[in-house]
Amino acid sequence: MRTVSLPALIFVCAAALPASPPTAIAIRDARVVTVSGPVLERGTVVIRNGLIEQAGADVRIPADAWILEGKGLTIYPGLIDALSTLGLPEFAPQERPQRPGGGAPPGPSPASPRPESPQPPARSAEDRPSFSGWVRAADELKTSDSRIEAARNIGFTTAVSFPTRNIFAGQGAVIDLAGEKPGDMVVETPAGMYLTLETARGMREFPSSLMGALAYIRQVALDAEHYRLEQAYYDKSHAGRKRPAYDRAIESFLEAPRLLLPASSGVEIPRMLHFAAGLKAPVVLYGGQAGYAHAGALKQAGVPILVSLKWPVRDKNADPEQEDSLRTLEFRERAPSTPAVLAKAGVKFALYTDNAAARDLKAAVKKALDAGLTEEELVRAMTLSPAEIYGVADRLGSIENGKIANLVITDGPLFGEKTKVKYVFVDGEKFEPPAEAEPAKEEAR
Amino acid sequence: MTRLICIAALAAAAAAAAPPIVVKNATVLTVTKGTFKGSVLVRDGKIAEVGQNIVIPADAAVIDATGEYVMPGIIDPHSHIASDSTNEGGTSVSSMTHITDVLDPEDISIYRALAGGVTTVCTMHGSANTIGGIGCVIKTRWGKDADGILLKGAMPVLKLALGENPKRMGQQGDYGPNPNARYPGSRMGVEDVLRKSFTDAQQYQAKWREYEQKKARGEDVIPPRRDLTLEPLVAAMEGRMLVHVHCYRADEILMMLRVARDFGFRVHALIHVLEGYKVAKEIAAAEAGATTFSDWWAYKMEAADAIPYNAALMLKKGVDVSLNSDDAELMRHLNQEAAKVVKYGGVTDDQALAMITINAARQLGLDKRIGSIEPGKDADLVIYDKHPLSNYAKVQKVMIDGQIYFDRDRDISERAAREEAKKKLLEKEKEQQKQEKKRGGPEGSAERRPS
Repeated sequence: MRTVSLPALIFVCAAALPASPPTAIAIRDARVVTVSGPVLERGTVVIRNGLIEQAGADVRIPADAWILEGKGLTIYPGLIDALSTLGLPEFAPQERPQRPGGGAPPGPSPASPRPESPQPPARSAEDRPSFSGWVRAADELKTSDSRIEAARNIGFTTAVSFPTRNIFAGQGAVIDLAGEKPGDMVVETPAGMYLTLETARGMREFPSSLMGALAYIRQVALDAEHYRLEQAYYDKSHAGRKRPAYDRAIESFLEAPRLLLPASSGVEIPRMLHFAAGLKAPVVLYGGQAGYAHAGALKQAGVPILVSLKWPVRDKNADPEQEDSLRTLEFRERAPSTPAVLAKAGVKFALYTDNAAARDLKAAVKKALDAGLTEEELVRAMTLSPAEIYGVADRLGSIENGKIANLVITDGPLFGEKTKVKYVFVDGEKFEPPAEAEPAKEEAR
Repeated sequence: MTRLICIAALAAAAAAAAPPIVVKNATVLTVTKGTFKGSVLVRDGKIAEVGQNIVIPADAAVIDATGEYVMPGIIDPHSHIASDSTNEGGTSVSSMTHITDVLDPEDISIYRALAGGVTTVCTMHGSANTIGGIGCVIKTRWGKDADGILLKGAMPVLKLALGENPKRMGQQGDYGPNPNARYPGSRMGVEDVLRKSFTDAQQYQAKWREYEQKKARGEDVIPPRRDLTLEPLVAAMEGRMLVHVHCYRADEILMMLRVARDFGFRVHALIHVLEGYKVAKEIAAAEAGATTFSDWWAYKMEAADAIPYNAALMLKKGVDVSLNSDDAELMRHLNQEAAKVVKYGGVTDDQALAMITINAARQLGLDKRIGSIEPGKDADLVIYDKHPLSNYAKVQKVMIDGQIYFDRDRDISERAAREEAKKKLLEKEKEQQKQEKKRGGPEGSAERRPS
């Protein structure tokens, strides 16, 4: 997979060094969707040292570059899965229970349930229950996660992966989906603190309710503010002042450049916007499926939102006698219009696969397009927008000189029904997805 | 977006310049100013004029209520509707939790309460904890979001609970030790938790005062850590928060009044208070309110010594008495609960109606704004086809802030269209499922994922 397969390609070896990998690759005469600028109907992209050396309509191909004929192909920036557990198999979601109205709770959580703590049950925020904010995705990456290759094969070059267990789950990382060692994959860390609102079952320990979890997060944010004050006060003069206690939970909270909070339904989005306004920290919402009804509020708050591409469906195990309410039916009907509505309203948003299988992803994208999302808006929501949300747009998300050479090259519109992903470049390294073996499997069944 | 803003601006302008509304030829039950045949004029969401003969402005929208009864919107001072959490069971002192954080404006109970004539509801925590948390007052403005249903300007309400519910959480189970048992496990333990918490709050209050003084003197100091558990207790002691207490037995009611006296706060409402009739004099002396049931009891030991005369007896001793639902179903016919107090206790119609309107408003600190039909008050009105204390009375229309939120005829006439809309969506979904099946297998078939 990682070697350059010569027979399959029209490579012109200008430098005449057949055995070693090319020092530079030029993909020429392709349609280039730069995202940051206009679409080049006939453009060339030159890659060197894992970076985009040049991209444009009039590019002089360097003498040492191998050439990849791009006629009939389209080059997009590599896709970014804006909220994921890729590379963190331990946090891979299991089959999630559906909510009564259909649609899973937002986010890729939970993984396995929280292990029973041998300590006495937590009774207040000071006990820092359900806290693992110091767990860093970048430190837990496993290159062996088989989902990495599956994601790359459909065009994803980058993921923003998070630990997902506990209320304060941990620090995410922007990772590229290739690399020999886990460290090779990391683009940016920490990328944000992932928060859930999943609480202890029953009434065992604090917090055991939604309002308890919210109060807990609010107290931690206040404690962090105070912690900073205490440290600064102590650092002004050590002599004669009491040393403030070290708190690793607060340290990790302060380290997070942004907080990710779940909000999917029509009640949750305004609720979390209101809650986030009191936190005095940059916030990104995830879930976002009722965003179609709250574009104005999101725009006004200036809070970005990550929208799950797993559109709500009726729970397979729902009581067939039980009819859904009109409200629920409307939610399911309108959820796929969320990306279109957010794009028109100018809300900063990104899409994430929510661990959807490749085929379901195509269907989900089609639903969003059918509901009014343009292809341009779709591509942006999976490239430059997530890069901007996570503050890595200087490196990722568009085809520009000097950016990381993450590209996906297709023979048709992105996620089109008949479109095949021909090549994927991650950090300048070329991958070819295998031909899909679906029809054969169909018959075998 | 701009279009959205334009529409919102237009709507706001329309609301401001909305024509006055007159409810005419009704039997007007003002609750505080007597009952008469007459009209109510509503302007800008407020009651503008009430009387037997009022001049109807030329531009007024007229609601002809001939043969009907209009009363102030019903106020339920204690319920648990419209919220996604009830108890934070992890601790007996969960004063850091807010119902406003978890309001669910889509809870159908709101509409059902509205259809039962309820316009204002205090929704609060359950009683699993000694100090439950901070409840809030909403109006049943069905269709509005969480912010839109809040009664702005109402004081928050701190919920305390005594007796069996909080102590049960600390008791050992019937089948061996309960590893999750937490303090307190007895009635005296509940008192201890209250006294300890308010003592902590006093110290916290002192710490902040000391900081403010030092800062005023120009000393180099940093503020104390903010404690969201103690802040509400300080607010209660400083009169910035109302205190409602879930209680049943006479002894614990007296205990509560002593604790409140010692820490310098007033109990605005004793909730349930089924043995209140035994200590009504003491309750009245402490100027505590009481919100009770008409005839609901015996669901546990501490609710055994109850009588249907409780509300009337407390009222006679000078207690401010209201009735509450504690329950989404009971909430729909609080007018009948008031009628029961007439039947058992022999109170007057106005006294009974006051128990579900102005008295409840007083316990929520809102009696200047709601709870009776008087000029200047919020135009929260209910129109019944018969006298509201009759079992046969049905709510016809409910107005909140001068806007009709429930109209029986409209509700009935819109049902067919809603059914139709639902049917359409269901059919569309079925059609989509068929298409997806044709394309091969249900969604989420992971085995097909390229590997």
